[in-house]
Amino acid sequence: MTGTTEVTRRSFLVSTAAVGGALVLEVALPGLGGPMGRARAAAEAATLNSFIRIAPDGAVTMTVGQAEMGQGVYSGFAQILADELGADWSRVSVVSAMPHPDHNNPWFGTQMTGGSMSIRAHYDVLRKAAATAREMLVRAAAQAWGVPPDGLRTENGFVLDPAQDRRIGFGEIAAAAAAIEPPAEPRLKDPSELTLIGKRLNRPDLPAKVDGSAIFGVDVTLPGMVFAAVRNAPVKGAPVASIDRGSIEGMPGVIDAVEVPGGVAVIADRWWRAKQAAEALAVTFGPTAQDGVTTASFMAGLHALLDAPEAAVAEREGDAAAAIADAATVVEADYEVPLLAHAAMEPMNCTASVTEDGCEIWAPNQSPASMAAAAASVTGLDPSRITVHTTFLGGGFGRRFEPDVAAQAVAASKAVGRPVKLIWTREEDIQHDFYRPAAVARFRAGLDADGKIVGWTTRIVAPSVMKHVFPAAIKDGVDPTTVEGAVELRYAFPARLVECILAETHLDIGFWRSVGHSHNGFFTESFLDEVAVALQADPYEFRRRLLAHDARALKVLDTAAEKGDWRKPLPEGHGRGIAFHESFGSLVAEVAEVSVKDGELRVHRVTCAVDCGMAVNPDSIEAQMESAVVYGLTAALRGEITLEGGRVQQSNFHDYELLRMDEMPLIETHIIEGGPPIGGIGEPGTPPIAPAVANAIYAATGRRIRRLPIRNHDLTVG
Amino acid sequence: MVQIRVNGQTIETDAEPGTPLLWVLRDEIGLTGTKFGCGAGLCGACTVHVDGQATRSCITPVEAVAGAEVTTIEGLSSAIGRRVQEAWIAEQVPQCGYCQPGMIMAATALLMEKPRPSDTDINAAMTNLCRCGTYARIRRAIHSAANA
Repeated sequence: MTGTTEVTRRSFLVSTAAVGGALVLEVALPGLGGPMGRARAAAEAATLNSFIRIAPDGAVTMTVGQAEMGQGVYSGFAQILADELGADWSRVSVVSAMPHPDHNNPWFGTQMTGGSMSIRAHYDVLRKAAATAREMLVRAAAQAWGVPPDGLRTENGFVLDPAQDRRIGFGEIAAAAAAIEPPAEPRLKDPSELTLIGKRLNRPDLPAKVDGSAIFGVDVTLPGMVFAAVRNAPVKGAPVASIDRGSIEGMPGVIDAVEVPGGVAVIADRWWRAKQAAEALAVTFGPTAQDGVTTASFMAGLHALLDAPEAAVAEREGDAAAAIADAATVVEADYEVPLLAHAAMEPMNCTASVTEDGCEIWAPNQSPASMAAAAASVTGLDPSRITVHTTFLGGGFGRRFEPDVAAQAVAASKAVGRPVKLIWTREEDIQHDFYRPAAVARFRAGLDADGKIVGWTTRIVAPSVMKHVFPAAIKDGVDPTTVEGAVELRYAFPARLVECILAETHLDIGFWRSVGHSHNGFFTESFLDEVAVALQADPYEFRRRLLAHDARALKVLDTAAEKGDWRKPLPEGHGRGIAFHESFGSLVAEVAEVSVKDGELRVHRVTCAVDCGMAVNPDSIEAQMESAVVYGLTAALRGEITLEGGRVQQSNFHDYELLRMDEMPLIETHIIEGGPPIGGIGEPGTPPIAPAVANAIYAATGRRIRRLPIRNHDLTVG
Repeated sequence: MVQIRVNGQTIETDAEPGTPLLWVLRDEIGLTGTKFGCGAGLCGACTVHVDGQATRSCITPVEAVAGAEVTTIEGLSSAIGRRVQEAWIAEQVPQCGYCQPGMIMAATALLMEKPRPSDTDINAAMTNLCRCGTYARIRRAIHSAANA
C-alpha cells in the first residue's frame, strides 16, 4: 500500500521514485490543470462513490475525509472499506479527500477530525459505502457472465462465481460497475464474513513517512510561491500601532510587510529571509487592558470564583449539600491545573493562493470548513470559490481546528498577489496557542459511619473552550467541555452536585487532547484517592466497591490492576497508583508505578486497560494508548504555560519541555472488546495518567499532589 | 556563493552566510523530508548526516558544511539506513510522522557508530522529540535493525 496526499480537480500528477520502492505522489498544484490533471486519473480509475475508486489494473484507491494526524485513520478507514468490499489489501492505497458532504461527520454534519470520533462516527457510513460498491461490482460481473447476481461474492479483489468456478478482477469490471445504479440498501456482511477488521494491518501512510516523501503542510510547494514569517501581537488582542518598513529595507529577498489578523507578516523569497526580516522589523503594538495579567493574578481570579455564592449547575441528584452536612466524615480539597500548549511537532503553517476569482489553501487542519470560513472572511469571496486541501498533519491534538494561521496566510497572499507559504516559528507557536484552559476545582465528599459516600460535590472554574468555537453548546452557564469527566461518573454516588463557573481570559482557549477530561480526570480520580485514604481503604478495592453495579467498568479496572501487578510488593520509595476514567465512549484504567528517590520522581511502568467496544486495528489502539499516555504524562510532569505582562513566558522546547526517550516508562495496553457502541481511542488514554501517577506518588511518599505540573513540587522525602 | 555536497550532488547556494543548512535543503534544493521543528537545535526534527555524523541542520550555518558530505533522509541509501527504515515499518513506528526522518537519521548515525547499542546508548543518542510518544517503538526498531 502507498500513502498519498491531495487529489483535486486541478491536481498535477508527480511521479517520484522514492527510497524503498516506487511511490506515486499526487500533489495538488494550482493553475496547472490540463491534460496531466485530475482528468487523466479519472479516466483511468472508475469512481464507484466518494470513497472508492478502482483502476483498470485492480488498484483500489480509498478516499478518506478524516485528517491523518498520526492516529491511524487512513488504515482504520481503509480496513473497514476494504473488508466490506472484499478488496485485496495489498492493492489498496489512500488519498486525502477534498471537502464533500459525503465525508461529513454524520453526528455533526460537518467535515472535521476530532473528539476521538473518526471510527465510531463513520463506521456505518463506510460499511454501507463499501457494500454499495461491492454490489455494483457483483452486478457488473453478473451482467458480464449473464447470470443472476445472487450466487456471486467478492474476495481479495475479485468477483467469484463459485457455481462455475470462475472469477473476474475488480479492475476489469470497475468501469461497468460505476455505471450501475447504486443500490439504496445494500446487504452488509455478517461479522463472520469480515476478515480485515480486527487485524494488525500495516498503516498505508508509513512508507512515505519513513522515506521523507510524505507531504505535510509545511512541505507544500507551489510555482511562484513566496514565504512569510509572522510577528504576532505579544499580548493577545494588542493592535498594531506602527510598522516601520524602512527598518527592513534592503534586506535580502524581502518583498513586503503586511498587517494580517493577529500581527504582521513579513514576506520574502525564502522563509529564512522572511524570518530574519520579521525579527528585524520595527513594529509596535498598542496597549491592552490585559498588559498587567500574570499567572498569579489569573489563577487568583479562578480560585476566588470557587467561593462565589452562585454557580451554574451541571449535574444534580438528590441533596448533596444536606447529605454532606449530616455525614460522619467530610473530605474536602481544592485542585488546580495550568494552561497548556499543544506543541505539535509541525509548527503552525498554511499555504494560500488568492486570485481575483478564487482562493486555494493547503493546510494541515482538522476542520476544512473553519479554514474556508476564515478565508472567506479575509477575502470577501463566496465560500464556493474557496478550496481547502488537507495535507498530512504533523500532529493536531485539537490545535489544528483553529483557522488563525490560515487567515494570516490568505491575507498575506491577497496582499502580495502571489501564493504564500506562511510558517510560524516555534516561539510564535508556543506563545499564540489556543491553550488548554487552566482550571481549579473544589471537591467535598460526605461519608457515613460505614464509609459509604453519601454526598459528592464538585465545583469547577475554568475559561470556556466552547465560547469562541461553538457558543450554542453553552447551556445555562455550563460549557459541557468544562465539566465533562466530572459529571455522569460511573461511580455510584447517591447524592451529587456538580457546578460550573466559566471564567474570563484574554487568551485564546481551545481543544487540547481529551479537552475537559484532561483536567477533570486528574481532579476526580485524585480526590477519590483522597477519600480512599481517609477510609484507610485500598484505592483499587475502594473503586471496585463503587463500581460493583457495573460489570463492564469492573472488568477494565480489574484488568489494569491484575496486569499492573497491583498486589505485588514494591521496594521502599516505590508506589503504585490507579485511576479509572470514561471518555469519548471508552473506558480506561491505568496503573502507574513510580519511585521517588532523593526527591527525584521516576515513572517506571504504566499498565493500561481499555474497553473501546471493538478493535478495528489493535496495533493502532496500542499506539494511541501509548501516545495518549505520553502526552498526558508530559503535561502532568512538566507542562505549564505562565503569564507575565499579559503575555506567555514560554517560547520553545527549552522552557516548554517534552518528555524524551530516556524518561519513557514501560507502557503496556490490554484491549477489551466489550461490544457496541464503538468507543474512541485517540484521547481516552490521556485523562487517567496524571491521577494514576499522582496517586502513585502518594503511595510512595505520602505527599498528595493537588496542583500540576508535578515538577513544581518538592518531593524530597524527610 | 557556497558550494555544498548533498546526497552525492554538488549544490551552489547564494544563501547569506549564517543561513541554516535546513533552509537551504528545504527551500532551495526542495528536499522537504528534513523538517523544521524548533529552530534551536532542541527537537532534532532537522537531523541530517554531515560526514556521517548526526547533525541538527536548523542551527548549522550552511558555510560550515562547505566541503562536507551532507546526507538527508531522501539520500539515505546505506545498508544500515535501509535496515532502519525497514525496522521502522516492521515496528509500525510513526504516528503523525513529522519527527521520524530526524529520528531515522539519528538512529542510523547511532548504528553506524555502535552496531549493537544498549538501551543506555539509545537514550544517550536519541534525544530527538516526538510529540506522538513513539519512543518505545523507536527503541524496539533500533534494536531490531541492529539485529537484522
